[in-house]
This record gives sequence, C-alpha cells and structure tokens, in this order.
Amino acid sequence: MRQIPQLMGVFSYLSLLTFGGLMGAFPELKTLTVDDYHWLSFKQVIHLFSIGQISPGPNMMIAALGERVAGPLGALVAVVAFLLPTSLIALGIGRLWKRVGQQRWAGAVQRGLAPVAVGLLLAGAISMAEGTLEEWLSAVMAGVACLLVLTTRISPITVILCGALIGIFAFRII
Amino acid sequence: MLSGKEGERETMRDTTMPLDGTTSSDPTMPARDSLFKIFRTFLVIGGISFGGGLIVYLRNTIVNKHRWLDEAAFVEMISISQTLPGSYAVNIGVFIGDRLRGTAGAVAAVMGLCLPAALFMFAAGVLYGIHGERPDVTAMLHGVAAAAVGLVMAVTVQIGRESVKHLFDLAIVALVVIGVHLLHLRVPYVLLGAGALAIWWHRPRTTAVEASKR
Repeated sequence: MRQIPQLMGVFSYLSLLTFGGLMGAFPELKTLTVDDYHWLSFKQVIHLFSIGQISPGPNMMIAALGERVAGPLGALVAVVAFLLPTSLIALGIGRLWKRVGQQRWAGAVQRGLAPVAVGLLLAGAISMAEGTLEEWLSAVMAGVACLLVLTTRISPITVILCGALIGIFAFRII
Repeated sequence: MLSGKEGERETMRDTTMPLDGTTSSDPTMPARDSLFKIFRTFLVIGGISFGGGLIVYLRNTIVNKHRWLDEAAFVEMISISQTLPGSYAVNIGVFIGDRLRGTAGAVAAVMGLCLPAALFMFAAGVLYGIHGERPDVTAMLHGVAAAAVGLVMAVTVQIGRESVKHLFDLAIVALVVIGVHLLHLRVPYVLLGAGALAIWWHRPRTTAVEASKR
C-alpha cells in the first residue's frame, strides 16, 4: 500500500502545474507515472487520457490512473489529491479577488500567464502526438480531426467516435 | 424562487464577490440556495456536458437558468479561472459554490461537477485493466488517441488565438515549449522562469502608451 502516499504526492504536485488544464501538466504526468514510478506504459497513459476526452464534465483520467495503480482507494486518493490544491487556491483567490483584482499587477499576471499556459498546452500536445502518431494513418487522422474541429461545428465526441471506428478496422491489420 | 426575482437582479449587478457566505443578512437577497441544490445543479452539468462544450453548459445554468451571475461577472470569472491552475470548470464550481454557501458550497459544487466523470473514468480504468490488452481494443483506442491528439491541437490553437497577441507572447510560448519539450526541464522551473518574465513584461507601466510605440 506504499502507492497510496505516492499517489497523493504525485497528483497533488501535478495539480499545481495544470495551467491551461490537465493537458498543460501532461509532459510532467508522463515523466512521473511512466518514467519515474513505472505505474503504466506511455501508451496506457495516452489511452486513458483519450478516454477521458469522451466522458462528460472535466477530464478525470486521474481516477483511472489511480484505479490502475491501487484500486478503488487509489482512484479516490488520486482524485482528491488532484482536486484539492487547485480548489484551495481558487477558494483563496476568489475571496481575495475584490482586493487583489484591483491591483494593477493583477492584469499583468493574467496577461503574462496566458501565453505560458498556451506553451504548456502545446508542449503537452506535442508529447502526446509523439507517443501516438507512429504511422501515417494516425497522423492524418489527427490532422483531419484538428481541422474539422477548427473549421466546422462538429462535436468533439463525433470526432472521437469516428476515430474509434476507423481504429477498429484500420489498426487491427497493422 | 419567483418571489426573489427583484433581489436576484440586485445581486446580479453586484459583480464584486462577497464570498464569505454572510450575504444572507442582506434583506434584498432571495432565500439561500441549499447545498443539495448546488450539488444537484453541478452534477447535472458534469453528467450531460458531453463533447467539450462545458463552458456553454456552465453559462446556460449559472447565468440564464439560476441567475447566480450576470454575463459580465461570468466572463470575468472565466478569465480568472483560466489564469489559475486547475480545470477552469472546477475553478468556476469553487467560485460559485463559495459565493452561494461558503466552503461547503464550493465542496458541493466540485463534487457534483466531477462525480460523473470520475465514476466514468473509474469504470474505464477497471474495464481497461480487463480488456486493455485485447488487439481490437488497442486498435480502437489507437484510433481514439489519434483523434484526441487532433482535438488537443485544435484546443491549443483556439486558446492561442485568444491569448497570443504580440510577438512577445509568441516568444513565451516558444520558450515554454523549448524548455519543457526539447531541454526536458522540470515544469515548475519553466513555469517560474517564463511566468516571471512574461508577468514582468506586461507589468503596469505609467507610460504604457509611449512604451508600446517604441
């Protein structure tokens, strides 16, 4: 059961890095869960993250990671450890905003952190792409999916389900 | 709830956030929303918001249905919640829950919002443990992952279009990607370094107009 405190440490640490959302912490998530602790393979992390994109609400792939590492208790611990730090920060900032928000530095922080979050997102996307796009077909699928979402009003869930369908038929042979 | 309409309009205009839960002393306030109502409301959002349009569900529920905030306050809340670490939706849950019922309200909102997805992913983890090695499942998930990479790229572009406005912002994006991806620096260092640089660059200046002309 030594995984429980490890899960607590890893996911509360990752929580603080999720600028731009879970994807912003993806490279560090990979380093910790795959390279450092060997809980899962990179492929498995990518699969669980991708399944998290199908679920309603925020991506809670952390629950699946915790479950894989240490069962139901692992899932619970991972989720709480992941939600608590950022929620406490939000609680504090929310209460202080009346005062903090009027500081002239508040705008600088917001404008300054925005491109940092985009950079983290991009690094996360590149890391995930490296682990996923290993033959031409998946690269084409990712490109088409990206363009469809950017240029049409297609639902992301439709895009994912199409990916699943194509995957079943195309990647079994490879 | 209808009898409280007048009072609700009053609070809607109040864009500052009295988040200490003491607002019920205000005689114009409607009856306080119960913790269960907060939980239930966010549970519904967390359970039906398939397809990434979480922000639309949040706006419809918070602004249009319950009138917990007006549009301007909601937009400001979105912008703060995107600056902070964490899922913006969870952060909004914290803000709204705390605003309505203090810390307990925040807990109720976050639990409601995350419960459906957490249960979904817990089940996914169990099923993945049983079937994850099957060739057809791996093939399907490889397709799902390829599509998910596309989605993540698209989200990055969408957010980038909103927040990368100057060449300097683009340089910060590049700096972060180089630091994290090429140099494999630990993210906290990159975050502190690039964050401090970017905040300093956007620092409040008395001669902001002159500076931007240079």
